Amino acid sequence: MMTMLRRPLFWLILLLAGIFAWLPVRGNNVALREDLILVAVAIILTSNLNLMIGYTGYVNFGHIVFYGLGGYLGLYLATVRGWHLVISALVAGVLVSLVALLFGLGILRLRGAYFALATIGVLVAVQAFVANFEPWGRSTGMYVSFDSYAPLGGPRHALWTTYFLVIGVMALSLLLSLAIKSSKFGLGLFAIREDEDAAIVLGVNATVYKAIIYSVSAFLPAVAGALMFFKNGMIDPSIAFEYMLSLEGIVMLMLGGSGTVAGAALGAGLYERLRSYLLTSPRLSEFHLVIAGGLLLLVIRLAPGGLIGWLYRLIPHSREVVE
Amino acid sequence: MTGLLEVRGISKRFGGLQAVSDVSFTLNEGEILGLIGPNGAGKTSLFNLVNGVYKSDKGSIMFAGKDITGLSPDRVVRLGLARTHQIVRPLQGMTVLENVIVGACFGRENQSMHDAHATALEVLEKVGLAKRAYSPARALTLASKKRLEVARALAAKPKLLLLDEVLAGLNPTEIAQMIDIIHSIRDSGISVFMIEHVMQAIMNLSDRILVLNLGRKIAEAPPAEVVHNTDVVEAYLGFPDIVDKLRGMA
Amino acid sequence: MSGILASMIDGLLIGSVYGLAAMGLSLIWGVMDVINLTHGSMIALGMFGMYLLFAAIAGNPYVLLIPVIAAGLLLGILVYWLSVNWVVGRSQLMSLLSTFAVNMMVIGIGTAIWSTSPYNVDFSLSGITVGAYTFTGNHIAAAISALLIALLLEAFLYHTRAGKAIRAVADNRDAAELMGISSTRVLMVAFAIGIALAAASGALVSTLFPFTILSGAGYQLKSFVVTVLAGLGKPFGALVAGVLLGLLEGAVSPFIAVSWIPLIEFGLFVIVLIFFPRGIFGKATA
Repeated sequence: MMTMLRRPLFWLILLLAGIFAWLPVRGNNVALREDLILVAVAIILTSNLNLMIGYTGYVNFGHIVFYGLGGYLGLYLATVRGWHLVISALVAGVLVSLVALLFGLGILRLRGAYFALATIGVLVAVQAFVANFEPWGRSTGMYVSFDSYAPLGGPRHALWTTYFLVIGVMALSLLLSLAIKSSKFGLGLFAIREDEDAAIVLGVNATVYKAIIYSVSAFLPAVAGALMFFKNGMIDPSIAFEYMLSLEGIVMLMLGGSGTVAGAALGAGLYERLRSYLLTSPRLSEFHLVIAGGLLLLVIRLAPGGLIGWLYRLIPHSREVVE
Repeated sequence: MTGLLEVRGISKRFGGLQAVSDVSFTLNEGEILGLIGPNGAGKTSLFNLVNGVYKSDKGSIMFAGKDITGLSPDRVVRLGLARTHQIVRPLQGMTVLENVIVGACFGRENQSMHDAHATALEVLEKVGLAKRAYSPARALTLASKKRLEVARALAAKPKLLLLDEVLAGLNPTEIAQMIDIIHSIRDSGISVFMIEHVMQAIMNLSDRILVLNLGRKIAEAPPAEVVHNTDVVEAYLGFPDIVDKLRGMA
Repeated sequence: MSGILASMIDGLLIGSVYGLAAMGLSLIWGVMDVINLTHGSMIALGMFGMYLLFAAIAGNPYVLLIPVIAAGLLLGILVYWLSVNWVVGRSQLMSLLSTFAVNMMVIGIGTAIWSTSPYNVDFSLSGITVGAYTFTGNHIAAAISALLIALLLEAFLYHTRAGKAIRAVADNRDAAELMGISSTRVLMVAFAIGIALAAASGALVSTLFPFTILSGAGYQLKSFVVTVLAGLGKPFGALVAGVLLGLLEGAVSPFIAVSWIPLIEFGLFVIVLIFFPRGIFGKATA
């Protein structure tokens, strides 16, 4: 823990979270808050996806499944069961992590592209299950009852509370990435990414490591899903498990620099702003996928290390600060 | 007296190919046991059986008094049985030092990152790679990659080290250096089981030699006896040069 | 009872179109070890290609398949140079991402042109009535077309020089290069054929059901299921597995809501991947 305090990125993460929390409060800027919460969610999803793709070398095309399941469980617990939002979100996170552990023990027996395909299968199967699941409203989904906002001091207050909670989850996501990166556990993951068979012969218990990181990478996205869908007031299978969002997470990660903590945040932030700009621009809104796809193609072709990889090449010593 | 490694009746079949067939042997504590045989004799397969990369069809493996039959490679290395690969497999994207830290962290002593760092530097010094500690592993020459393989395995603080053709592809100077490294490993109390095609080296290094042919053990004896064993000579008949070399050396 | 039989026969007819789509994916996968994530968008372009041709010429859709396939070949060459050539032999992550990037661009352009509202090709052949059941003419014609295309591919792969070169490269790229086969050209041709098969299957689907630019994604997923069932790089196995998947859909659809089918298919997919990674027809090798 003491070594964490000596790392510049640790303080930068706290600073970032502080700025996110402070900016919209100043002048009570609700529009800015809504923009920033989307950036925060993008950072949460991307940095946790990075634990699989960047750290372990396993492409998860269905990462959004954790976010969506977290949203459903959180909403169910908070509205149907009437639990406090924070408790609901945490319990949702734990349950989704357990589900992920279960899935992981199965599909992580697969390597490389086979694993990637299986994650698509998991996404589609879970979505199909939820769309047929009666207690969760099948394809129409669920709504947050007005009463559910009461424990948080009414709807207006509840929206601010959720915002701060999401910012907290964002900071935790980045800190988690940083902590894992410098740990022995992280070293084992990187060894698996480089050459799984060699890593096993060196003593890394790849089966257990992969299952744990898959499960860990599910936790904070699930918590964020619970908070976000509560804030939005409703959930249904098509918005909870949006395949495109799952895939855009990969674009964000590659853009910023896969395997780096700062890269995940940078890529998510930049891409999310770009996407919001494109989606609201009257002329370009229809082309946001074209631009995203072209961007991804350019990045992997010209700078496979992403923006951070490019920074490393430009200033080699930047590695010590930007991890 | 029981040996450090006791292999009893081990067999492995791949489809129609009997790669290893009913092989038994004992490796004593502190010795260097050589493993030779013509190409395709099943040498690397035997290594893969011993360290758990392959699951054996039959037979048992005892290591340091424990039954390790069927254990996965990561469990085996934690018990103190490390190996190198014939085809070098550095973790390409990491530095030389990080590669060795992985070996130390997940080896027999299960070291912390901090201790592993110290161990890694020490081991790199020993194999002569200290100057390259911060180079990316992919930038090393073949000879250095072989040393890295040895360093990673040593960092695991093994009781027994399996070396799979660490001399192949090296020039005479590099071979001499590697032989010194192997001697120093044995002197530090680590037993060695090594596959080698460089006959002069293995004849000089080994206390005893195990000979495989077509997956079967055909001899297990000190080097001087092995070269006069008729089965061994026959196995190498297709390779008359080697027979001559063997004879010349003994 | 005969209701199930009729439903299964119908599933078998549609399944042959799944099989055709999967053949394209499987061919590319087997020859160059690239999982082509543009597959779905190419199926969708096949649908819209047929729609546009039919709207312009109003000819017989089964004749219009020929220009769709030709356009698919050209498109395949374009996509090959854009996203595949430079990732062949590199990590699978790279080829997944580069083909996925092209997929996003195609879907983006398609959405801008056609939005995501449904289209259909207004053409129907008279069906065949057996007892109380009528088998739609379009389903029968689609199945026959799919089989014909599969037979043509088989003839090409086994009885032409170019086809043999493709099989040689699939078998062992290095050895084929040593024998003087230019692997880049062979890979390009194989990729183009894979895309043409995807486009052809999309064109056939457009005569069966209404479609949107996003419809390809569903068929892409079915293609994955089918390819994995058959074992990778076995195009004709993929055809058989496609028919089996259609049969399965036909067999279960009288009993459960249609919305459950994806869950069954992808549950099956994940289970087959885990327990039979070489496909249900595959043999374990060392």
